[in-house]
Amino acid sequence: MTETQQIVVVGGGMVAHRFTEAMRARDTEGRYAVTVLAEEPRAPYDRVALTSYFTGKDPEDLALGDPALWDDSLVTLRRDAKAVSVNREAREVTDVHGVVHPYDHLVMATGSYAWAPPVKGGDLPGVFVYRTIDDVAALRIYVERRRKELGRTVRGAVIGGGLLGLEAAGALQELGATSTVIQFSDRLMNLQVDEGGGQALSRLIEGMGVKVRCNTATDAIKPDKHGHVGSLKFADKGEQLVDVVVFATGVRPRDELGRDMGLAIGERGGIVVDDTCLTADPAISAIGEVACIQGACIGLIAPGNTMAEIAVDRLLGGESTFPGADTAAKLKLLGVDVASFGDAFATTPGSLELTYADPVAGVYKKLVVTDDARTLLGGILVGDASAYASLRPLVGAELGGDPAGWLLPEGAIERPNVDLPDEASVCSCNNVTAGTIRHAVTDQGCHEIGEVKACTKAGTSCGSCLPLVKKIVGTELEKSGIELSHALCEHFDMSRAQLFSAVQVSELRTFSQIVERFGSGRGCDICKPTIGSILASIYNEHVLAADRAALQDTNDRVMANMQKDGTYSVVPRVPGGEILPEHLILIGQIAQDYGLYTKITGGQRIDLFGARLEQLPSIWKRLVDAGMESGHAYGKSLRTVKSCVGSTWCRYGVQDSVGMAIALELRYRGLRSPHKIKLGVSGCARECAEARGKDVGVIATDKGWNIYVGGNGGFTPKHAQLLVEDVDDEAVFRLVDRYLMYYIRTADRLQRTAPWQEDHEGGLDAIRAVIMDDSLGICADLDAHMARHIDSYEDEWAAVLKDPERLRQFTSFVNAPDEPDPTLAYVEQRGQRRPANDAERSSGAVLIAPSRLEVRS
Amino acid sequence: MTTLAPASAVAVCAYDDLTPDLGVAALVEGIQVAVFRLDDGSVHAVQNLDPFSDAHVMSRGITGSRGEVPTIASPIYKQVFSLLTGQCLVTMDKAPQAGHAADLAVYPVSVDNGQVIIHLVGTA
Repeated sequence: MTETQQIVVVGGGMVAHRFTEAMRARDTEGRYAVTVLAEEPRAPYDRVALTSYFTGKDPEDLALGDPALWDDSLVTLRRDAKAVSVNREAREVTDVHGVVHPYDHLVMATGSYAWAPPVKGGDLPGVFVYRTIDDVAALRIYVERRRKELGRTVRGAVIGGGLLGLEAAGALQELGATSTVIQFSDRLMNLQVDEGGGQALSRLIEGMGVKVRCNTATDAIKPDKHGHVGSLKFADKGEQLVDVVVFATGVRPRDELGRDMGLAIGERGGIVVDDTCLTADPAISAIGEVACIQGACIGLIAPGNTMAEIAVDRLLGGESTFPGADTAAKLKLLGVDVASFGDAFATTPGSLELTYADPVAGVYKKLVVTDDARTLLGGILVGDASAYASLRPLVGAELGGDPAGWLLPEGAIERPNVDLPDEASVCSCNNVTAGTIRHAVTDQGCHEIGEVKACTKAGTSCGSCLPLVKKIVGTELEKSGIELSHALCEHFDMSRAQLFSAVQVSELRTFSQIVERFGSGRGCDICKPTIGSILASIYNEHVLAADRAALQDTNDRVMANMQKDGTYSVVPRVPGGEILPEHLILIGQIAQDYGLYTKITGGQRIDLFGARLEQLPSIWKRLVDAGMESGHAYGKSLRTVKSCVGSTWCRYGVQDSVGMAIALELRYRGLRSPHKIKLGVSGCARECAEARGKDVGVIATDKGWNIYVGGNGGFTPKHAQLLVEDVDDEAVFRLVDRYLMYYIRTADRLQRTAPWQEDHEGGLDAIRAVIMDDSLGICADLDAHMARHIDSYEDEWAAVLKDPERLRQFTSFVNAPDEPDPTLAYVEQRGQRRPANDAERSSGAVLIAPSRLEVRS
Repeated sequence: MTTLAPASAVAVCAYDDLTPDLGVAALVEGIQVAVFRLDDGSVHAVQNLDPFSDAHVMSRGITGSRGEVPTIASPIYKQVFSLLTGQCLVTMDKAPQAGHAADLAVYPVSVDNGQVIIHLVGTA
């Protein structure tokens, strides 16, 4: 290839993203440069997850894939640059700003628009559609404004009872509005589920507080006296008062550019393409919802992604063709699982339907099988779609046993154990087969689920196939005799969680006993601190007691944070960030007396840097004497509970967030754990304490507290996920006690809560079952363990100050206990000191030598 | 331990002052030395300077073993060194600071009359 060819992608949605990503991944020679013209003022985002925008997610959380894609030198993303015309002769696209983009190949990926029927009053303020972040944001602003103006709960209605309609109804509920779903058809989701499924779905949805009105046509939307949306008028003469209306009546392809440039358009819209996604013009492809492929436009992401991959493959000289759309779908709407796959409506001649319905539990399941009841053709699952990941890939394959095993509640009859054929599609979003996953394990050396995901892309979009991917990977590893190694280090074959149980059950309390019984050798800097931490978690004894000091990692060993020059920083505890003026003054005085560099931490406390080992006891004596205590800034333990000022001062606060933060911090102070733990408490939904970035975030509601768990900052930031809503103080303590203790017992070494939660079998749902429903029967034990911790807490610095034996450790030199390390050197910067760098040392620019510091003792 | 006519042998502390597996620093004629008494009763001395961070902190590291070799890990970036030879066994994919070798100097050490004695000649 001599010259780089220019591809212009018109449209900036999910399929455009997939096309660009696949092109950059596969075009290793750099044959093509890609320019994406997006109408929206943002990079492509996950439209499928749009509703999660209401559950506290930021627009950035909806970002697709690695954002670095848009920085690639062969990729240009033009936001806010809707294409307005195409000149096929000159091969040029002109955008709305008049900028001309020449192309060698044009990819139409304009997607769809939300279609609303021409109902009278459809243009009133308060009528919305549900398609883009901007639609959703406008809806949110309107509902919040109307709630204030009306001084009551906002009444919402969604016209359309399909997938999108139920999403929108859920969104209205999230916004605190009531919602009624108005459905023209005789049941909800009539494209995906049959009558029985529709009934089960209606019952479940109504159980969530959403009203459902089927067989209803809307005649008009009538204004209130101020000209806002006021009521709905139905064809059957009925009326309903509403304040906001969302149309979710389907989508139509955005094919206007295709029409303008004379491309063939399908009977029901869409740019006509062949099985390779090419139009009649060989320089133009169309992919995604705008493409009319095999006679229809398909409004699902999985076939759209398949088309994007095919278009890329063809441009790179491949031979792939569109295999037909897999319209299978599994959704969680308002917390209700709904899945539909294969020949869900039993249209195959002679097919049999097996159904199971439990109206009490709200479950409806149907399998469609061949006339001999051996081969699976399709199915519908409502209320419990746990079998979906296993069943969908089996479509067209033999079920290998009694099909009833798949319908009855798990455990009622043993499910036949079927090995999926290699060609069975496991991840339909990314078109990954069971064979590809097996190959990744056996031939590409992927031994962990994360590696398999990165290698095959399986489970990286909607994630619904992940349980199955895990199962296949596990089976394959077992077959090849590879065991996942959980060994801590060369001295212990066990994982941290196994070691925790072993230490707990054996009741051994010293490292030498533990390594003799369960390990080998003399230990190392990995297993020693781990055992130090486990012993501290179980017995809450002093970290420097008996032979423990030699087990502690760098910081715990002297209960301060070692800095790059071997000096330490000191952080007294400031519970909830609330501090007495006299404590502030004392900290300032100490900093001045010892010449310590002073900085406010991210956890609402004050860090004093540059204290030498031998200075730590005298600094702490002054702090402890004044009533302050260790902040455990050095420990793999509870650090801080950050809070906003809350209802005691704030005009918006609805609960006393500082009071709650202090209670939590005093409850868990000193709690040793696999990694550091941070908590946050916010006094209202504005979330000024950024609690969702913490391991445990507690956010006030007008009814109590919402608890979020598993948030982390650091290298891979994660927002905490909702554990439970609207609970009282007692429940906050009980659940956080159990969550933290369960984490401490079962997490890996240095594993923070977010990855622990993710790796936990069954994820957050399973953790919730353990700590709320006592599914493992360990809650009483967890509660007792935490109670022991709280009862036995003592300030470890106060304890050291009382113990001459331990104080001996805080000397600079064994033969010159007060002589400072002569190599320390500092320079002044912005009125404080910092360690001198090499150049400053060699030039003699060092301003402050430690021996000159006057130390008061 | 036998050494040939040590140029300088300095007693730094009593053997009983040392806690097993808990190092101490000693100032020996201006040189910082890290001294360790291990679980098996043996005493070892290496340079206190951590070549990977340029800070004098080796005495505050964690002792252990790699195979049969007794070791000390730097408390700053966790490199692991042999207490017998000073050899850097685990570099953590880092290079030492400019002007330093990756390995530690090892000092002969003996216990005489209950006193721990560091011999400055030998390796350096």
